[in-house]
Amino acid sequence: MLSIKNLHANVEGNEILNGINLEIKAGEIHAIMGPNGSGKSTLAAVLAGREDYDVTEGSVEFLGKDLLELSPEKRAGEGLFLAFQYPVEIPGLSTTNFIKTAVNEVRKYRGQDALDAVSFLKLMKEKMAMMEIDKTLISRPLNEGFSGGEKKRNEVFQMAMLEPKLAILDETDSGLDIDAIRIVANGVNKLRNKDNAVLVVTHYQRLLDYIVPDFVHVLYNGRIVRSGPKELALELEEKGYDFIKNEIPIVETV
Amino acid sequence: MNSIEYFKEHFDQLQLIDKQSGLESIRQRSFIELAEKGIPTVRNEEWKYTRISSLFNKEYDFPVDAVEVSENDLKAIRLPGHEEANELFFINGNFSPVYSNIRSADLITMPLEVAAKNEYSEIVKKHLGHSSHYLKDGINALNTAFVHGGVFIHVQKGKAPEHPVYIYNITDARSVNILAQPRSLVHISKNAQVQIVETYTTLGTSASFTNQVMEIIVEQDAMVEYYKIQNDASHASQVSTTHIRQVGKSFTHTVTISLNGDIVRNNLNVIMEADHCEAHLYGLYFQSGKTHVDNHTVVDNKSPHCLSNQLYKGILNDDATGVFNGKIFVRQVAQKTNAYQSNKNILLSEGATVNAKPQLEIFADDVKCSHGCTVGKLDEEGLFYLRSRGVSEKMARALLVQAFAVDVLEHIKPTAIRHYVDQIISQRLEFPIPLDEDLI
Ligand SMILES: Nc1ncnc2c1ncn2[C@@H]1O[C@H](COP(=O)(O)OP(=O)(O)O)[C@@H](O)[C@H]1O
Ligand SMILES: [Mg+2]
Repeated sequence: MLSIKNLHANVEGNEILNGINLEIKAGEIHAIMGPNGSGKSTLAAVLAGREDYDVTEGSVEFLGKDLLELSPEKRAGEGLFLAFQYPVEIPGLSTTNFIKTAVNEVRKYRGQDALDAVSFLKLMKEKMAMMEIDKTLISRPLNEGFSGGEKKRNEVFQMAMLEPKLAILDETDSGLDIDAIRIVANGVNKLRNKDNAVLVVTHYQRLLDYIVPDFVHVLYNGRIVRSGPKELALELEEKGYDFIKNEIPIVETV
Repeated sequence: MNSIEYFKEHFDQLQLIDKQSGLESIRQRSFIELAEKGIPTVRNEEWKYTRISSLFNKEYDFPVDAVEVSENDLKAIRLPGHEEANELFFINGNFSPVYSNIRSADLITMPLEVAAKNEYSEIVKKHLGHSSHYLKDGINALNTAFVHGGVFIHVQKGKAPEHPVYIYNITDARSVNILAQPRSLVHISKNAQVQIVETYTTLGTSASFTNQVMEIIVEQDAMVEYYKIQNDASHASQVSTTHIRQVGKSFTHTVTISLNGDIVRNNLNVIMEADHCEAHLYGLYFQSGKTHVDNHTVVDNKSPHCLSNQLYKGILNDDATGVFNGKIFVRQVAQKTNAYQSNKNILLSEGATVNAKPQLEIFADDVKCSHGCTVGKLDEEGLFYLRSRGVSEKMARALLVQAFAVDVLEHIKPTAIRHYVDQIISQRLEFPIPLDEDLI
């Protein structure tokens, strides 16, 4: 489904991604872990099409298409979804109107008819129940004044509405208490099937108790320095990231 | 025509035509002021960014009577909700009772010349021309020097007409250049309420210049909502003055929406003459092409315990230019004043500019005043966020622009008018979803 080869990316002249290789197949869950500043969000943003990053080398193929050639909205149309680490507050934009626009734009891209108000409402109610989202939350302007947890819940709700093929969750667990993590993880698990995949970016092992990964990768200094089965997450939890730092000589990027 | 001789010729004619209304002397005084001051140039600090003098390089007709327009013309001009509204028409600057529809008995309207001589003459005498104390320039004097064909609007004590008053300013420039000078005096009696919606339409392609003055007197416990909707032709210019005197403890709410016009200058003055007055001033300008919109506001706190809140927002595209100049005066007696002002602008293109200037003159010590001004671009973070959800770049920009405008637009209380403005904005953004659609 997703095939990243030797991906290098710069921001303002600094190389942040340093030759990433990653293969994700349909039906799989991958986790990316790594210390702060290692490039996890950068990888997620490059995949979603953020324009401030320059890809200097490498390739990304998504469902047979050259992902890097596509605009962010086309990537979403193709089935990519990024749940932001820091969702953006947009005062004045009704969450519901925005989601309706997004759903219909994606449907248009996929050659489907726009949902009428009734079908949209029905879909929304269904997904709200699935994600245990309160009506008051989405009647407010998009993320404005939402708590950290509410923002993350809203991200996952949008994911449910858009039904992506590949969902990238960038630290969706941070800011959530344990109950909220369980709800979010439940939602993600309910959306899973053999045709889609999830890439979970996280700092901590605890989310992975609920969304159980098939593979765990450790990102450090812009490279995947280790990959392994889900037990790797436990090892990291136990030993901290220092053991990775000690094992791997820091790759100078100058 | 920027010569006093030219004005003088028209002025003398008018003085001959209208010798009995009792308005001759105020015209005379104003003409002298006009002759003294002339049309303001950019050397005048108040007109630094708005080059009105260039509009006087051509000759205009100065109509003294309302001309006829066809039913079809009117149909195209009428605002939504007109079936119920009270409608007043100015044609080429002259109040036209034949077209007007006053549906509420609580609302009294008559030619200003009539009011100047009947039981309302005291009010007229006392208030007509008060704006000249604040707008000491030839352009204000020009209107008053030609005060004729104006309207007097009176809301009776304790009354609240159920439906708004729509005022249409129509300039028929199909055959000649027109200088239209509408003039109104609005008196809201004690404990009365009214909603006024004003709009401007030019027919035809000859030069159209509207120099309007409306003076509003708000008595104790009265409430006024005033909406100015400017979406005239791209070759039509106007100077539009709204001068509000809150002479008793009262409440005013104004929303100024400027969407098109060549050079548009708005003067909005709110004079707080009694304790515990409250005024809300909202504005939105959304311009493209080479248009110019200048909003000058004055809030003069002459009494203690008054509250004013100003929020003006601008969206400028192409080579459009915007000006915001907000003055807040707090006189020495006006302790416990609360006066807030905020001006926020988004530039959508490299060629667009805005000049914003807050001006606070505070002579009392126990007051709360604040002002702030921002100029920026559309938020790139927000844009990426929306696009990452599948929304096209164009649509994402449209959503962000709409979102920016919302906290002004939501203060347009008559629903039909709010939808009307939303629709113009949506169309301009080529955006299919009306802002107001409530889904849950
Ligand atoms: N827009 C940017 N400009 C400059 N530096 C950036 C930018 N975005 C990220 N970085 C830097 O890139 C590195 C990786 O950041 P990030 O991808 O956010 O890490 P992580 O998500 O793993 O914590 C950090 O050193 C960060 O400071
Ligand atoms: Mg991060």
